[in-house]
Amino acid sequence: MNRQAIRWLGTVPFFAYTAIFLLIPTGEIIVQAFRNPSGRFTFANVRGLFDAQILDAFETTIKISLITAVLGGVLGLLVAQSALRDGGPLWIRPVLTTFAGVASNFAGIPLAFAFIATLGSTGIVTQLLNSLGLHVYSHGFTIYGMVGLSLTYLYFQFPLMVLIISPALEGIRPQWREAAVNAGATSGQYWRLVGLPAVLPSLLGAMVLLFGNAFSAYATPYALSSGYINIVPVLIGEAVNGDLAANPQLGASLAFGMIVVIAAAIAVYAILQRRAARWLR
Amino acid sequence: MAALRTATRKRTGTGTGARRPGRTGRRRRSGWSWFWLGFAAVYLLVPLYSTLEFSLQTGAHRYGLSWYGYILHQPAFRQSFALSLRLALETVVISLVLMIPTVYLVHAWLPRLRPLMEFICTLPFVVPPIALAVGMIGLFQGVPWLISSTQILSFAYVIQALPFTYRSLDAGMLSIDIRTLNDAAQSVGASWRQTLWSVILPNLRSAILSSAFLTIAIVLGEFTISSLLLFNTFAVYMQQIGNSQAYAAAALAILSFFLTWLAMLGIFFISRRVGYRSAVGMTR
Repeated sequence: MNRQAIRWLGTVPFFAYTAIFLLIPTGEIIVQAFRNPSGRFTFANVRGLFDAQILDAFETTIKISLITAVLGGVLGLLVAQSALRDGGPLWIRPVLTTFAGVASNFAGIPLAFAFIATLGSTGIVTQLLNSLGLHVYSHGFTIYGMVGLSLTYLYFQFPLMVLIISPALEGIRPQWREAAVNAGATSGQYWRLVGLPAVLPSLLGAMVLLFGNAFSAYATPYALSSGYINIVPVLIGEAVNGDLAANPQLGASLAFGMIVVIAAAIAVYAILQRRAARWLR
Repeated sequence: MAALRTATRKRTGTGTGARRPGRTGRRRRSGWSWFWLGFAAVYLLVPLYSTLEFSLQTGAHRYGLSWYGYILHQPAFRQSFALSLRLALETVVISLVLMIPTVYLVHAWLPRLRPLMEFICTLPFVVPPIALAVGMIGLFQGVPWLISSTQILSFAYVIQALPFTYRSLDAGMLSIDIRTLNDAAQSVGASWRQTLWSVILPNLRSAILSSAFLTIAIVLGEFTISSLLLFNTFAVYMQQIGNSQAYAAAALAILSFFLTWLAMLGIFFISRRVGYRSAVGMTR
């Protein structure tokens, strides 16, 4: 056997592994979404997704993901830019990067507990607000409502944005600003015409990542609401190993729906990206 | 990265230099910078403080470490934590054994495969963990020895860690001049396995270490797949405790936060020496 053939063979384990544990399971979702319990082809499962409760779940999940992607994205951008700009003490950046790494990974069950301890009905901040006369819980706020959930998601969303966007911000040359200022541009003009267009592609990409990140979050909402909030991942969890009625077909069609939404988000990103590229030219 | 660092330093230099003539506008913006940094600090620290205070409450206005002692003496805690730790190590080993040779081969000899590999390694972002769990249950339900063994979890976690492992190794390979190293090794008659083992690996040490730390952080907090496949990992145990004992759960959350810190500090010290930024992971 020649050398090149051996090299090709060397990549077989990777492709076999990802086929078995990623590609084929994904294919299985799609197959199951279009199959009835006796194994025949059907559209019934996918049609079942247009049930009122399920549509509501998709709507809520997409809303929360959009809100936290945009808010988290903007906040992360502002924080990253503040840390990178001139004049501040040098220790800020490593501390921020490390802390952002911790926060973006500190998600799931412990994050839910942290927010219950903070903004739950007996949480520290809730009590503080109560003592100030601001009874948020009697005004309809709950930690497992949409606002509470969004506040919790932001805890991992904006640090993730800081991590993703910092390299792009570092790519902005100080000379660009100097040139713009010398040409008489105001700071606003500089950002609108030079700074923002330069980071726009990374900004869009990062926001799609943030959207997908919030959209597929399961542990955090599950622990926060003990499964009572109507969002898609929680519905899948119920369908797969709910105590009352396990319904694998429903689980598969919901999972299929999630993949479709994320693929759509990526498609929108690709279109925007191309627009932005044309605009930049 | 060294170049990047000098570039940053240079910029700081020009920045302070350019500040001389009356620059009130700049100083005001710097006020906003502090505002956003302070806001971030408050947002990140207040929930931690609240959790810490919760975990230390042992009665009305009394504080102590008894919840921590309680947790550490639970056999269920020890079992679940040992399981998660074992899974983390298995995941690291499988990931590295699978990925290092492949990334090396693709970089050195098969660059045409790189787009395909990149595509596959980004797929875990498109297929959410919960969807992957559904697919795995459907696919492997006919294979009971696999689906009912904890082994399936480390196989699934390798997929979860795939984007991060790949990016870390890919950046590591790019930062060394792999072609030159390869040619040099070849000219003295080394096989590709020898080249990989004694030339490439030592140069990738920090990429490997930081991806390993990140993988450990991901696996120790993973809930979605293990709860759907009905295994009692650390996060699943934590969730069960949270159902009944809020204070003990807070102690567990602090413990888990501390572990994430350790992993990220590990990455920080490695990347400070060499400079990969790969502390991006998602446990959700």
